[in-house]
Amino acid sequence: MATATKERGALTHPDVHHLTDVNRDILKILSRPGKGWWALFLLACAGVGLFFGMWGWQIYKGIGVSGLSAPVGWGTYITTFVFWVGIAHSGTLISAILFLFRAPWRQSVYRLAEAMTVFAVMTAGLFPLIHVGRVWHAYWLIPYPNARFLWPNFKSPLVWDVFAVTTYFTVSATFFFLGCIPDIAAARDQATGLRKKFYSLIAMGWRGSDAQWHHFGKAYIFLAALATPLVLSVHSVVSWDFAMSIVPGWHATIFAPYFVAGAIFSGVGMVITLAVPMRKIFGLEAYLTIKHFDALAKLCLLTSLIVLYAYLSEFFMAWYSGEEIERTAFWNRLFGTYWWATWTMLVCNGLVPILLWFKRVRHSIAALFVISIFINIGMWFERYVIVVTSLSHEYEPWAWGIYRPSFVEMSMVAGSFGWFAFWFLLFTRLLPPVAIAELKEVLPPPLRRQRKEAH
Amino acid sequence: MSAPAHALLASYEYLDSAVDAIEGLRKAGFKSLKAYAPYPEHHIEAALGYGQSPVRVFTLVGGLTGAATGFAFTIWTSMDWPLVVGGKPHVSIPAFIPIAFEMTVLFGALSTIIGLFILSRLPALKPPVIYDPEFTNGRYGVHVDAPAERVEEARKILSAHEPVDLQESTEAAHA
Repeated sequence: MATATKERGALTHPDVHHLTDVNRDILKILSRPGKGWWALFLLACAGVGLFFGMWGWQIYKGIGVSGLSAPVGWGTYITTFVFWVGIAHSGTLISAILFLFRAPWRQSVYRLAEAMTVFAVMTAGLFPLIHVGRVWHAYWLIPYPNARFLWPNFKSPLVWDVFAVTTYFTVSATFFFLGCIPDIAAARDQATGLRKKFYSLIAMGWRGSDAQWHHFGKAYIFLAALATPLVLSVHSVVSWDFAMSIVPGWHATIFAPYFVAGAIFSGVGMVITLAVPMRKIFGLEAYLTIKHFDALAKLCLLTSLIVLYAYLSEFFMAWYSGEEIERTAFWNRLFGTYWWATWTMLVCNGLVPILLWFKRVRHSIAALFVISIFINIGMWFERYVIVVTSLSHEYEPWAWGIYRPSFVEMSMVAGSFGWFAFWFLLFTRLLPPVAIAELKEVLPPPLRRQRKEAH
Repeated sequence: MSAPAHALLASYEYLDSAVDAIEGLRKAGFKSLKAYAPYPEHHIEAALGYGQSPVRVFTLVGGLTGAATGFAFTIWTSMDWPLVVGGKPHVSIPAFIPIAFEMTVLFGALSTIIGLFILSRLPALKPPVIYDPEFTNGRYGVHVDAPAERVEEARKILSAHEPVDLQESTEAAHA
């Protein structure tokens, strides 16, 4: 047993000694809303108001209040949809893929990353509904035959996407909630009054018995094994929404891995953006240590290199193909109407993360926070570049056009952050935002014998 | 079950105490054991002699059902009203793979959850007869249902490992 103890102690939380410390530190977050939390929550509510106000306006006036028109029929809404789906990805990466790889640093961050996944998919899922304009027909997305018994075209990537995103939401939400159950039980056993009733209800009678843990552990492994290919498939399918068409700038075989790497890159960036204030507001310094941020930063660095490689190979292939239209499309990206978007993307995603090579930068929380904001901005612009520049400049010169996002569209992009933050902030107050049971697993277990020997 | 059973629940502060108590009870021939831990503890599982969890059967059956459903659904709907779309054959297996794959994952994941809930008796509407809320905090628990004539023996084994708390009930938790 002594060796097992040593192995478990490998990932150190030097200020956390006993199992009960974890309950004390994490459950206290649930009972004490500070001023900082309320300020952020009010800001988020304002964002939600803006979001639904603008959506209501668009429903009332019609899709004309957006800048969408021929030839650019996909604009800011689709950009933001892809952005939020991408953000979701790193949550599943951290909770499922790093779980299968037994990465020892994931315990402290995975709950918040997983919550981020669920809420990011909830945000992303609204944008196709906004984008189609007549939202009361949104149920047409569900695959069922029309009045003449004609089924939707299952060879279309847009239909694949409906399957991919709904499956992703269902599985990631279930996976998230399942992981929460033992921790909700821990909250239940220490809560009183109304909170106790609430936690008793959603803990569903979890007591931590041997049989429960045994099946839970196995079920968790299988869910992780299913979620791993799922997360890779979802952004691949999103990328095929573009790559399966023949629009220059979209029609590329590199799109699936390129999108997946970009998604993880943006998601890890968002995890850092969320973890830094959480650590500060909730006093989680003992749990989210420099080592965790260092590991996240390395993940960012790796994925930024893959993304940069994909950018460069796209430009290279456009030139090397000798295709006039392909070459023009990529020349237009760098030096055309939307040059500013492309250069923002290149600087934020390709150049800024180079700083992460330096250990001093990786060990500075402030620097990481700033870099993560750059990554968020850069990855939004990446999708903007892909969606808008490609459509605005296709084959025929008479069909070229310029798209400008309208005030309504940009307000909804801003508002979507409020909607996301609204759910995320509620989560930090209602569910244990750090995985209690999993943290206990890596702490050295209390042993009587060892203590006696030491005396 | 001949004699009415008697339930005992010991709370331990140390992992090795709990493991030793379980091993002691098993050696003495007690069958109806249950342990509590604040996190998945494989030493306890090993002491109780756990094998493979049947959850995996649920995952496999769910996944295969999903794959079959995905292909069957896309193929059937394409044959139901055969239209040539994009110059592809009516039954284009490669184009149906994404849908079949998503259905595999969806059905596999949901049936894993269902399997977990069935096997670990969740949701448990009735709270256990005796329980210590410290089990979700930092204590380990050993529960034993002892027949009336062996209660004294079970109590002795549990007490030998310095429990923080020892609760008893004349109602057995699991028959």
